[in-house]
Amino acid sequence: MKPRHKRMLLIGGGVAALALSATLVLSAFQKNMVFFFSPSQVVSKEAPQNRTFRIGGLVEAGSVKREADGLTTRFVVTDTANRIPVTYKGALPDLFKEGKGVVSQGKLGADGVFVASEVLAKHDENYMPPEAAHALEQAQKAQKTVVQK
Amino acid sequence: MTAPAKALAEKLPESRGGINWFKYASPQTFYPLAGKLIPLFGWPALALALVGLYLSFFVAPTDATQGESYRIIFIHVPAAWMSMIIYLAMAFWCAVGLIFNTRLSFMMSQALAPTGAMWTFIALWTGALWGKPTWGAWWVWDARLTSELILLFLYLGYMALVAAIDDPRRADRAGAVVALVGAINVPIIYFSVKWWNTLHQGASVSVTSAPKMASIMLAGMLVMALAAWAYSVAVVLVRVRALMLERERNTDWVAQLVESSR
Repeated sequence: MKPRHKRMLLIGGGVAALALSATLVLSAFQKNMVFFFSPSQVVSKEAPQNRTFRIGGLVEAGSVKREADGLTTRFVVTDTANRIPVTYKGALPDLFKEGKGVVSQGKLGADGVFVASEVLAKHDENYMPPEAAHALEQAQKAQKTVVQK
Repeated sequence: MTAPAKALAEKLPESRGGINWFKYASPQTFYPLAGKLIPLFGWPALALALVGLYLSFFVAPTDATQGESYRIIFIHVPAAWMSMIIYLAMAFWCAVGLIFNTRLSFMMSQALAPTGAMWTFIALWTGALWGKPTWGAWWVWDARLTSELILLFLYLGYMALVAAIDDPRRADRAGAVVALVGAINVPIIYFSVKWWNTLHQGASVSVTSAPKMASIMLAGMLVMALAAWAYSVAVVLVRVRALMLERERNTDWVAQLVESSR
């Protein structure tokens, strides 16, 4: 075996060993790597108790209600399987919308209501002009009416 | 050609027919080639950037949900791609340098690092500018953002380490180890949005599925990505030429070059 073959094996082996250990470390920390928990994870008590964490999902359509003080907002975060009511006092990001993604940080109260201290809008990977979005909406509506019939 | 490279080229069967790749492994032969390649990448970079910017800011429509702020992707996405690709190229050259003992490979790697660091910084900075109006936060510690920040530190660490060791051969080797170890981070960045819940959205463009964006937006982004590629190649070649002259300043070929340019 020539020295350069030896070095090639050594480097290849080294990188492979490193990749393996990185995989093991990351899979061991899998739980700590999540940025947010889904409502289902919260319901099944996978989310941390009595500690701040982030909850992520979709803002349920028709669930956003503003309180009389003009600052507090109530809404429901859903992953279509489970739903968690959230209350938040403060300004919401521009992209916060019903039916769109949201990630909020806070604590789960004893009454099951999540008291958020921060609300972030989560954007999806779709980019389209407004006309296309409108057309898509129309198409979905048309499909729904067909299903209902 | 240096003696070890020549001996190597003679021993390898591939080098007998077709292109002799090892011919350009020596700074002496690569220097003029790089000089010829620079305008071939530099001018297209400028032309592509002009076309790309025109498409991005005047032709592409506004986004349905994000409005005008989405236009950051025309710079952010190519910058983020380049930051990862350049790191892989750097690690590749370091591995080649360690295996074949070629000086030029390490020079390539050192020429790549500042450009890679620049793209990483641009990706992080434009991302922050976009994050504030879109998410409502400049920065969050999710897996994608954190791993990209680590990439910036890897670039800076590599450059600092190479600069800190006086003996260039030792500096090359120490830097190569950092570059190779850090390469593990690149797939982590790329797949972070798949493996974990992140605030950063998933990939809009990937090899396995149809692009999730309007075609004119995609066209603008791809042209900008090509411009970023061409710019990076041109700038890296300029830098590697400077490195070659600096590090080979005591050799005959540099002396001859200086003599002939007088």
